[in-house]
Amino acid sequence: MNGQQIDAEFTGLPLKQLADAALDAARQSGAAHADFRVERIRGQHISLSDGNLQNLSDSDDSGLAVRVIVNGTWGFASAVDLTPEAAAAAARQATDVAKVAAAMNTEHIELAPEPAYGDVTWVSDYEVDPFTVPAKEKAELLAAWSRGLMDHPAVTHADARLLQVKECKFYTDGATTTTQQRVRLHPQLSASSVTDSGFEDMRTLAPPAGRGWEYLTGAGWNFEAELAELPEFLAAKLIAPTVDAGQYDLVIDPSNLWLTIHESIGHATELDRALGYEAAYAGTSFATPDNLNRLRYGSPVMHVTGDRTVAHGLSTVGYDDEGVAGQSWDLIKDGVLTGYQLDRRMAQMKGFGRSNGCAFADSPGHMPMQRMANVSLQPAENGPSTDDLIAGVENGIYIQGDKSWSIDMQRYNFQFTGQRFFRIRNGQLDGQLKDVAYQATTTDFWNSMEAVGGPQTWVLGGAFNCGKGQPGQVAPVSHGAPAALFRNVRILNTAEEN
Amino acid sequence: MPNGSSLTPQSTVDKALSLARPGSECVVIAQESSTANLRWAGNTLTTNGVAVTRALTVVSIDRRADGSAGVGTVTRTGLRPDQVEDLVREAEKAASDASGAEDVAELTGPDASIRSARSWDEVPETTDFGIFRGFAGDLGTSLRTAEAAGRKLYGFAEHEVDSVFVGTSSGVRLRYDQPAGRLELNAKSADESRSAWDGVATRDFTDVDVASVEAGLAQRLEWQTRRVDLPAGRYETILPPTATADLMTYMFWSAGARDAAEGRTVFSRAGGGTRVGERLATVPVSIYSDPHYPGLECAPFVAAGGSGRDTSVFDNGLPAGRAAWIHEGVLSALHSSRYSATKAGLPVTPAVDNLIMDGGTGATLPEMIASTKRGLLLTCLWYIREVDPQTLLLTGLTRDGVYLVENGEVTGAVNNFRFNESPVGILSRLAEVGATSKTLPREWGDYFNRAAMPPIRVANFNMSSVSKAS
Repeated sequence: MNGQQIDAEFTGLPLKQLADAALDAARQSGAAHADFRVERIRGQHISLSDGNLQNLSDSDDSGLAVRVIVNGTWGFASAVDLTPEAAAAAARQATDVAKVAAAMNTEHIELAPEPAYGDVTWVSDYEVDPFTVPAKEKAELLAAWSRGLMDHPAVTHADARLLQVKECKFYTDGATTTTQQRVRLHPQLSASSVTDSGFEDMRTLAPPAGRGWEYLTGAGWNFEAELAELPEFLAAKLIAPTVDAGQYDLVIDPSNLWLTIHESIGHATELDRALGYEAAYAGTSFATPDNLNRLRYGSPVMHVTGDRTVAHGLSTVGYDDEGVAGQSWDLIKDGVLTGYQLDRRMAQMKGFGRSNGCAFADSPGHMPMQRMANVSLQPAENGPSTDDLIAGVENGIYIQGDKSWSIDMQRYNFQFTGQRFFRIRNGQLDGQLKDVAYQATTTDFWNSMEAVGGPQTWVLGGAFNCGKGQPGQVAPVSHGAPAALFRNVRILNTAEEN
Repeated sequence: MPNGSSLTPQSTVDKALSLARPGSECVVIAQESSTANLRWAGNTLTTNGVAVTRALTVVSIDRRADGSAGVGTVTRTGLRPDQVEDLVREAEKAASDASGAEDVAELTGPDASIRSARSWDEVPETTDFGIFRGFAGDLGTSLRTAEAAGRKLYGFAEHEVDSVFVGTSSGVRLRYDQPAGRLELNAKSADESRSAWDGVATRDFTDVDVASVEAGLAQRLEWQTRRVDLPAGRYETILPPTATADLMTYMFWSAGARDAAEGRTVFSRAGGGTRVGERLATVPVSIYSDPHYPGLECAPFVAAGGSGRDTSVFDNGLPAGRAAWIHEGVLSALHSSRYSATKAGLPVTPAVDNLIMDGGTGATLPEMIASTKRGLLLTCLWYIREVDPQTLLLTGLTRDGVYLVENGEVTGAVNNFRFNESPVGILSRLAEVGATSKTLPREWGDYFNRAAMPPIRVANFNMSSVSKAS
């Protein structure tokens, strides 16, 4: 808990009165379990085109939600009016939904036990609430950065955008009552160069972060330095040769590797997916429970953790949306699958004993489901620098920044591109390449990982918009990664694929 | 308004407009949404729910003496009547703080040509869990049928109604009620080695026959009992309407006038300008949007809470009528706001929330299978992402059934593939275009489910690698 306080406007709502109304109505309607949330999610989106303001939009989304279990079947309802009458009506509606739905349910819902924490609060780690900074000041900073990019002769257009979110959430199940607040930002700038023969673009590598406005003024990232070198990187990409398709050794920067971790490990180790609960939509996972403690996911240098605790992580919380305290645990140790991401239902169903706290709902209008923790590849203690990794490659490519991504519905076959690709010859960088994509099968790829960099190479990447579930929900999540060396990976020439 | 609020959305719009600073300009958008859903997996229900949301957006315009204007947009859900004035003041403050909007223009005025099924004053339509009362029983029967036959069913049913009310200080008063629903059903063999999928887009669930959909999937699983492993490569491939829809929808979303005019998309002409007027397809197919297309009706006017590359808050209330994006094989229009159309030197053509492709031979999918000597038949595509905007190269996966067709018959199920293909490139390699029908795009159906597409036969479809997923 840092020095920030939860917004008085949120804590000033009649939260406990609403909760009492909902939980009482749920019990009277026959619910064996009921939990209740109130949320207020503020957002601001600023976008500029060539330094000119394109859009400035504020959103403020409030509501309440009731989830019940009636005779072993879920029921859920939400409402927008924050009154005891609306809360009680939503509880009754949720129990009615459960009763109708019972005709189609054959699995008795039970929740894994969790200690009662009483009445607790938690606030994420940030210094300056971005919603206290005038929009004009934010837009002027983005405009100045855009103009700086456009001053370079290689840059034809500059686009800038800034997403900001402040999430206030109240939860109670009667035994645990949590009141929490977290803040996150995602600034992105890109430069484009249009020539008579086509165009290229390049985006900043700065990740989204669970930080406040201080992120744009020097804490956690040096935007000035990154923007200063971006046009020259773009100019070099314009004249770069197209890649020869084939097998290459890769040194992958954390600014690219976080997304590969997200798709090929993060989603693959969600237990609800591994059990088939997402089979019709997001998909399942090759890493099924019979593989636990047996599957060689990757090479022995592979150590992957799940957590909801890392500072500035986008998935970091004090308590999840089922009242489970934030934790950290191993998913892959010494290259072997050792764990899953769980919610209380899945933990109870498969005998894990306790949830590791991965339940999340993206809004009061949605029912919580198992969502991704911060899933991170750990660095090697005293491990090599990025330059050391590159020095160990005779014929390869160094990849920075994420761009295109796609993976199949069981998390086997993936294809990724990036922002920048540098040719490695005899341990040295030798200019950029273009039209590069890497394609592999998950376990082949991670078993080809020969080395991971040291803590000095580790960066926390991530995204605001991880999608899952029906109705669709989006969740913010971070992924830490060191630079890492992979041997003999398939590289495509995307121009030849067309 | 429901749930104890004393204002209707219409009166909320009028109230917000009346509270705007005298002489200022303002756009107000009220939205009421209700939704109900059911989800199941492994022949049992998993989650469900109902939700109601109510949002009010105020766009304030701060005109300045030099001709510029600051724009501030504020949206809030669950607003009480006594908070409307706060929202208006917030928007005005944001507008006065904002630098000049690049798309500044006069607000659109009322347009008598816009047809709406309901009058401004009628109450908004809603939905609730009752929409499933008949369907839930049928689904329960199908779940039991599948269980008895050793199949597993997974899927999702959702119904929602979104009502939007747009009012402006220039006199626009427009509303639209948009019902939308879908059933997605996935059947798997008991060992999960075989998988089939079908989807139905619906406006009210009265036309959804879950038993028929389940029976069709059972037949597809039977087709998969013979397995044929094929390597990566280029194959003659038949895409059913859902797969055609996913590729053409992405192309439609990429067909903005501004980026094209700036040289940043596949629709940019080398050396400057756009490719409007250029032939893209070798066969005379047409791709268009029409807000009055039967069964795919959608809002016939612009409702923009914020400005973007090809949308403008100044265009709220502008008619959005039938737009031919590709007419008989020729690129004919790119979607635009008034501002981006001016920049691109093209006619103003607002995007419309549906997409239709037609102009084929009228052949049905079974007829196209019957006339195939050797090729692949897909079920649907998944995880489609852009690889290269210059060519609109997309990558993705085949999913839930790839079939080998030989001498007019399905002879077995093939492994899944990763593809790398451009929908623009596909237009130039269309070998056959079948009969158009309404379809649910598998990938984009969550938020774009009003499409009518034909099955298409594509020469040399690029299956870049094999996927082990089943």
